[in-house]
Amino acid sequence: MAKNTDYLEKKSLEYRKTVLEIIYNSGAGHTGGSLSCVDILNVLYNNFLEITPKNFATKNRNRYIQSKGHSVEALYTVLCDQGFFSREELNTLNNFNSHFIGHPTKKVPGIEHNTGALGHGLSVAVGLAIAQKLNKENFKIYTLLGDGELSEGSVWEACSTAHKYKLDNLVVIVDRNKLQITGKTEDVNPIEPLNEKFLSFGFNVKEIDGNNIEELISALEEVPFKTNIPNVIIANTVKGSGVSFIENQISWHHKVPSKEEFEKANLELESQLKSYE
Amino acid sequence: MSEITTGKANLEIFGETLLEEGKKNSNLIVVTSDSRGSGKIVPFGKELPDQIIEVGIAEQNLVGVCSGLAAGGKIVFGVSPASFLTARSLEQIKNDVAYSDQPVTLVGISAGISYGQLGSTHHSLHDYAVLRTINNLTIVSPADNFEASEVIRRAVSFNKPLYIRYGKKPMINLHKKGSNFEIGKASIICEGNDITIIGTGETVQRAFLASRILKEDGVNAEVISMHTIKPFDEDALIKSIKKTNCLISVEEHSIYGGLGECCASLISQAGYNTKFKILGIPDEYMINGSQADVLDHYDMSPEKISDISKSLLNQ
Repeated sequence: MAKNTDYLEKKSLEYRKTVLEIIYNSGAGHTGGSLSCVDILNVLYNNFLEITPKNFATKNRNRYIQSKGHSVEALYTVLCDQGFFSREELNTLNNFNSHFIGHPTKKVPGIEHNTGALGHGLSVAVGLAIAQKLNKENFKIYTLLGDGELSEGSVWEACSTAHKYKLDNLVVIVDRNKLQITGKTEDVNPIEPLNEKFLSFGFNVKEIDGNNIEELISALEEVPFKTNIPNVIIANTVKGSGVSFIENQISWHHKVPSKEEFEKANLELESQLKSYE
Repeated sequence: MSEITTGKANLEIFGETLLEEGKKNSNLIVVTSDSRGSGKIVPFGKELPDQIIEVGIAEQNLVGVCSGLAAGGKIVFGVSPASFLTARSLEQIKNDVAYSDQPVTLVGISAGISYGQLGSTHHSLHDYAVLRTINNLTIVSPADNFEASEVIRRAVSFNKPLYIRYGKKPMINLHKKGSNFEIGKASIICEGNDITIIGTGETVQRAFLASRILKEDGVNAEVISMHTIKPFDEDALIKSIKKTNCLISVEEHSIYGGLGECCASLISQAGYNTKFKILGIPDEYMINGSQADVLDHYDMSPEKISDISKSLLNQ
């Protein structure tokens, strides 16, 4: 059942707390990118995907491929909340012989495809979307790409195929947080004008605030934007979203919070949570 | 000696077999990168247009799309020139097929030096070496029409990541009627006690022709088609060298990381002091020529293989 905005906004705060906690406890993780995409994952898993531990083994259902695999801490957090595994299992993150490593693998329940190297997920999602079309099923294939990832040429190869095969069941979401490990995306290797690029590759484009629950729900409800045309949602986000001193800081790409930073971030998130009581 | 018959190009057989299998199973999907002509799958595209996906000249995307189709429950054959498929798309093969354990069959067409004078851009003399180091990937290089056809029939239900390498020249029929083919089990083309000549893919026929020359000189060579490069049939090789204690490997591949070095690693770790020579493409700027010219140049003509065999035996 679809959850309301208040419920989801509160969830996002709780997810952010967990993301920081598992990164802090395990001593590694992609803090900035996980915090920027956590609202997207929240809305997808709680209101749209209908992927559950019960139906996960079946072929005909919606699929989610996280192409920006490095933001795996956000994905683990949401999958844990969906009941795919326990918090105790999640707490083994980065331990020797744990399946909970720094990029998604199918060894972890709920994960569809092994990712981590960038520029791969969209082609896989295109293959899944074609399979659904061939099977005459109406399930949707969602994939989340980073904005720095869009420098990979293979992404645009996949866009051509999505257009050719009229994959209106394909939903590409770009976590447009405008930063990557070295600096601003537009300084490292400009990707703008992104909207026009996707349009020219035959996509329908919707640009939203990707940290705004209502805008995410509204955009995802509209899919497919047009029949026979693949969909892209450019989700403008803030890297490190939700924690004031982490937001928009290049250094927080994969920085692990110190004890003081972790406690300070927790206090900020707790205080925001209180407004939902 | 029995009469030699020549069959079709293994690629032709691949195309014919794939079409037969595709007709039997509408869930079988072929993905191509503007390569259906080279891959001999034009008839497949004409007869089964709903079972072929064309991604254009985009090999990385081809492998990713194959992986997604397999994840969606399809039996998938990705068909693309071996040179591009196994170099440009190596990361997709490693991550999206092998690491993600998707049951995709990747078919490297016109492999080795099949493209001859088109030059090194189009040669795949690296594919065994790079793909052998990727976990969870089986590598097969069929020698003749029988092996070329059988491996495709096995691939349909193989259900694991698989790479198959095909050349494009007509091949001598090496197998007798009623032969068995199993992925991972070497084929003994002819038995002998004096020397073992092991090949894979299109070099097996050269090994076979060399064995006939040797026979005339009273040397009984055992010829092995090691069609499966990984997993390597260790038992077949050890059994043969126990008899012969003399080995020549012949491959259309760099001398580094391919069939010869597989054999070297195996026999040295097993403690055998076998006389041994690796024939393949040495580490030098590639000479230009047809496949036959280049293989001959690098001592892989039947005559040269037989000469080297005799020298090795006399050491």
